[in-house]
Amino acid sequence: MQKLIDLLQWGPDGWLDELASGTAVTIGLALATLPIGIAAGFIVALGKQSTDPLIRASAHLYTTVFRGLPELLTLFIVYYGAQFAVSAASRALVGAPLEISPFLAGMVALGLVLSSYASEVFLSAFRAIPREQAEAGFALGLTHSQVMRRVILPQLIRIALPGLSNQWLLLLKDTALVSVITLNDLIRETQVAVSSTKEPFFFYAVACAIYLLLSVISSAGIWRIDRWASRGTAK
Amino acid sequence: MGLAGNGKVSDGAATLRPAPAGRLNNVTPAGIALLALWAIIGAGVAYGLAASLNAEGLANYGPRILAGYLTTLELVVLSFAVGVVLSVPIAAGRLSRNRLAGGLAYAYSYFFRGSPLIAQIFLIYYGAGQFVPELKAAGLWWFFKNSFYCAVFAFALNTAAYQAEILSGAIRNVAPGQRETAAALGLHPRITMRKIILPQALISALRPYANEVVLLAKASAIASIVTVLDLMGQTRFAYSKTYDLSFYFWAAVLYLATVEIFSHGVNFVERRITRHLKR
Amino acid sequence: MLSLRSLTAGALALFALVGNASAKDWTSTTIRIGTDATYAPFESQDSGGKIVGFDIDVGNAVCAELKLKCEFTNQDWDGIIPALNAGKIDAILSSMSITEERLKQIDFTDKVYNTPPVIVVPKDSTIAGFTAKDLAGKTIGVQSSTTHATYAEKTYPDSEIKYYKTADERNLDLAAGRLDAAIDDIVIFQQWLGTPDGACCKIAANIKIVPEIHGRGAGIGVRKEDTDLRDLFNKGLAAIRANGKYKEINDKYFNFDAYGD
Repeated sequence: MQKLIDLLQWGPDGWLDELASGTAVTIGLALATLPIGIAAGFIVALGKQSTDPLIRASAHLYTTVFRGLPELLTLFIVYYGAQFAVSAASRALVGAPLEISPFLAGMVALGLVLSSYASEVFLSAFRAIPREQAEAGFALGLTHSQVMRRVILPQLIRIALPGLSNQWLLLLKDTALVSVITLNDLIRETQVAVSSTKEPFFFYAVACAIYLLLSVISSAGIWRIDRWASRGTAK
Repeated sequence: MGLAGNGKVSDGAATLRPAPAGRLNNVTPAGIALLALWAIIGAGVAYGLAASLNAEGLANYGPRILAGYLTTLELVVLSFAVGVVLSVPIAAGRLSRNRLAGGLAYAYSYFFRGSPLIAQIFLIYYGAGQFVPELKAAGLWWFFKNSFYCAVFAFALNTAAYQAEILSGAIRNVAPGQRETAAALGLHPRITMRKIILPQALISALRPYANEVVLLAKASAIASIVTVLDLMGQTRFAYSKTYDLSFYFWAAVLYLATVEIFSHGVNFVERRITRHLKR
Repeated sequence: MLSLRSLTAGALALFALVGNASAKDWTSTTIRIGTDATYAPFESQDSGGKIVGFDIDVGNAVCAELKLKCEFTNQDWDGIIPALNAGKIDAILSSMSITEERLKQIDFTDKVYNTPPVIVVPKDSTIAGFTAKDLAGKTIGVQSSTTHATYAEKTYPDSEIKYYKTADERNLDLAAGRLDAAIDDIVIFQQWLGTPDGACCKIAANIKIVPEIHGRGAGIGVRKEDTDLRDLFNKGLAAIRANGKYKEINDKYFNFDAYGD
């Protein structure tokens, strides 16, 4: 038992600093993907409500594809596919123009998945806001963007928050997949620790515990955002 | 239609309300462009798929991919079934007022829903490898030695946690009036559960359960990371030999088709079993 | 119109010139060398996360000899050739055997080392011989995308071949008893058998080298068009072989000549 605790030291003898750096990469990837995924999801949700049936069809197709594919598969297609596209392009031009790092591939793949699920959350949130709200806004002489910004969005955020916070927790867990494309996230660092110390049960249990900790911290943060978003509403 | 201060007639309400279905009179250039983009992507993927259908690719890897697909189906069905059985006591614990049972169930649910499946499967697969003498003594090594069984075990534990939440949530959401009426009629609690509560709970839980099957099917790809040769595993094998990306697209087509067919099947079933409810 | 046409022609000519010359100045850029650091003692990560090993020392010696700046990056084995072709890395120095199959995709320098493969079994194994019949129905563990995997597939069609992403994961399962046998480079196993976890197993037999499958030793992989880099590396390799630096690195890791014949 003492030997196991010793393995969790900071510094050259222990693995705590490696696990910490892996955790930082995990959190960083999730935080980098979050705004892009949510913004894209919002746009796709708008698309699903468009008067143009072709735009609606495109948006639904987007959601169907990225909610139907395993995240691991999406990750591989983005990672290897981007490499293939880049190598094909660099054969035509001179030099390698773009470098698709595992981090970027992870961001894109997870962002595509997040935006599909987020668009469904936003869609049901839009539907939950009574039509009269927007009509009242127009009746008061507000412009389209003012209605969106000051009437719809505040309510949308409050209604969509539970669904979006669920998506954040899923995103945190999905980042674990990037270990398969050799990004040094928490799982990858755990694998390195395991191959060096041969204590798989202990280290994977520690990794699970760290994810649980992240989810607890996230829940606390989400509770505060929910309090802010629900300010002024009757409870 | 409101009158905005700047004299512009705003039809903003229209974008917050979809136009009546079946009319193509609102098509915009953006819509055409987007659909065209999808068409191009689809054509590209189709071309890539057809290109890999050469005799060599098909002969070498076709049977393997198919075998992988069957393995995935087995994996999902088995894990889900075991999960169903496992979720019942956990759901009971989540609904129970007993502090110990409730606490244990909550801890189980929190652990398996709060940590990534990939970490759980590594924990079980490589963790079991660390305790071989103990497992052999308990007569369980034959189970954990097999990577497929390990994967089923990990997935079953994971899906049981989610299913317990679905089941307990559905039971909780059955209107309290139902229980009260049953009690007023003098029905035994067990009969109440079996004939009144559960049927209604399961109807409302159909959608979440179907969603869970889809999520499980997508998560099953993770089994390939612990050497299980499911669809994902065979695809990675084929790619590692040929560096031909089209194998990943074949896998994508298979996963998507399966999920879509399943979802439409569930929609049909749901419409049938709720036709007695006025919507 | 004329000016646009001549501009385009000029630009294309410039591209062609630069493209054909493949005049990437290797002395002014950092050469990124990809390696799958899960293959001790050739390449692995120490507890500080630094990539170390025989290949790393050889690579650094060659680069020092050629006065080039080189940097090693970790790369997953299955994607290492696509990564090279996509330009993410400039070279592969990861115990990659020079085979005809791989020469279709990339080019190689002369060999860096050549050590034979072996088959390893648990100490209490009851396997008598190593023909296809002896191992029929048994489970053999290999790393995916390696010559050993190809060898196992071709030689033991009736056995169950399990593919692992890294040699480390395969060794974990071998120690756990999930595998009846494993095939890999003799050096990998010798290193591992000396550790406490390797105490479970023993080297059972040497594998007959099949040139079409095993190739002619491990070399440094480069893109097909980077012939100048390949020649540079060959010069460096020859230099460190001649001035004794190679022997120094060899003796640090092995008590035999890894270069082979």
